[in-house]
Amino acid sequence: MNTQAWLLLLEGAWTTLWLCGIAIGIGVVLGLVIALIRLAKVPFVEQLLVLYISLARATPLVTLVLFLFLSAPVFGINMNRNTAAIVAMTLNTAAFNAEIWRAAFLSFSRDQREAALACGMTGGVFFRRIMLPQMITTSLPGLVNEMSFLIKGSPAVAVIGIVDLTRVTNRISAVTYDPLPPILAAAVLYMLIIGVLLKLQGLAERKANRLAM
Amino acid sequence: MTEWTILWEARALFLDGLLATLGLFALSIICAFVLGCAWVFLLEERNRLSIVVRGWINLMRTLPFLILAYLLYYGLPELGLRMSAWTAGLLALVIYHAAYFAEILRGSRLVLPEGYIEAAKAHGFTPLRLYLRITLPQLLIKTRPLLGNQLIIALKDTAFLTIITVQELTAAANSVQSTYFIPTQAFVVVIVMYWLISICLELALKRAGRFGARRGFDHV
Repeated sequence: MNTQAWLLLLEGAWTTLWLCGIAIGIGVVLGLVIALIRLAKVPFVEQLLVLYISLARATPLVTLVLFLFLSAPVFGINMNRNTAAIVAMTLNTAAFNAEIWRAAFLSFSRDQREAALACGMTGGVFFRRIMLPQMITTSLPGLVNEMSFLIKGSPAVAVIGIVDLTRVTNRISAVTYDPLPPILAAAVLYMLIIGVLLKLQGLAERKANRLAM
Repeated sequence: MTEWTILWEARALFLDGLLATLGLFALSIICAFVLGCAWVFLLEERNRLSIVVRGWINLMRTLPFLILAYLLYYGLPELGLRMSAWTAGLLALVIYHAAYFAEILRGSRLVLPEGYIEAAKAHGFTPLRLYLRITLPQLLIKTRPLLGNQLIIALKDTAFLTIITVQELTAAANSVQSTYFIPTQAFVVVIVMYWLISICLELALKRAGRFGARRGFDHV
């Protein structure tokens, strides 16, 4: 393990982080949108979303990444590896996030809504000012947990040849014929990343508990 | 519809893959479950061993599954321990998910009323019998939904093993699509298979839930 190997590892860690970061960012918002559409109970769309959530939660990320990357060209969509990986991870995480948001919606107290409407707020203002801030606090621990799950699942993108933090160990050991040190180093880097997220989750939980919701 | 006839002719491959996935899954979760229960038993008493177990569980919680599989399959031969891809994959699944099962059970153990344990001790239960007869059954019934989630996660983790060349369901789809160039249909079939397995798991969980409700644990 020389400096160059460490640089390669850090580069792999960066790839993992930015891919996951984009997928998490889109996934959280998309999850909220899906949860909102499901709550609106649009007849046909709702069943479709239920089917999507059920399928996306049961499909392994590896299978999904392979499926998207290999079958997109059949439909005339040109995706490079990174796009395919981001789309797959987003589809995966959005389904879980949608369930977390939905649980937060369903457990929201009805009294507050009535009070807000009685004070003359419109539905939109009530959602923005009263409901959303509280929902973010209550569902933050779950969302952060899902983020660490996504990062733990992200080595799946290695299957289509993206050189992420897991795959980079193969590259290094192909040169050094010494696979153990790079794998251990990658494990330490993952532990750092996910350890930070677990700490954040603990903080988020404490905050949610302090607000007693 | 010619792609579907090709798939039908390649059904032996899919079936082999499905059986491999199911076999890996069943064997690994049974071993992981037993090992996880053993971890929680070791955590019952505060001593040096329990601190090590606690650290081990936390370590596993911060590692991606694939890194563990890599470590066992690519890393260990360097130390003179060479395993086939299947054995390494199975071992990785067992070690990894045992830690998660243990974490789920531990979380529930922390909030278990101490009265049960004290009453059982007063009746002269030895630690092992106390754990097997009193503590563990309650933990299992209470953590049933979380354990079920973990089962589905374990099922999905078997797909990672395709990267370390285990011939399971995803690998079967991949080999079919690379032979006949029909990626969409091959993967749709496999995704539906995974979906069906997890639906069966969820139904089984519901049944277990009814059992829990009969025993008066449904408020958990």
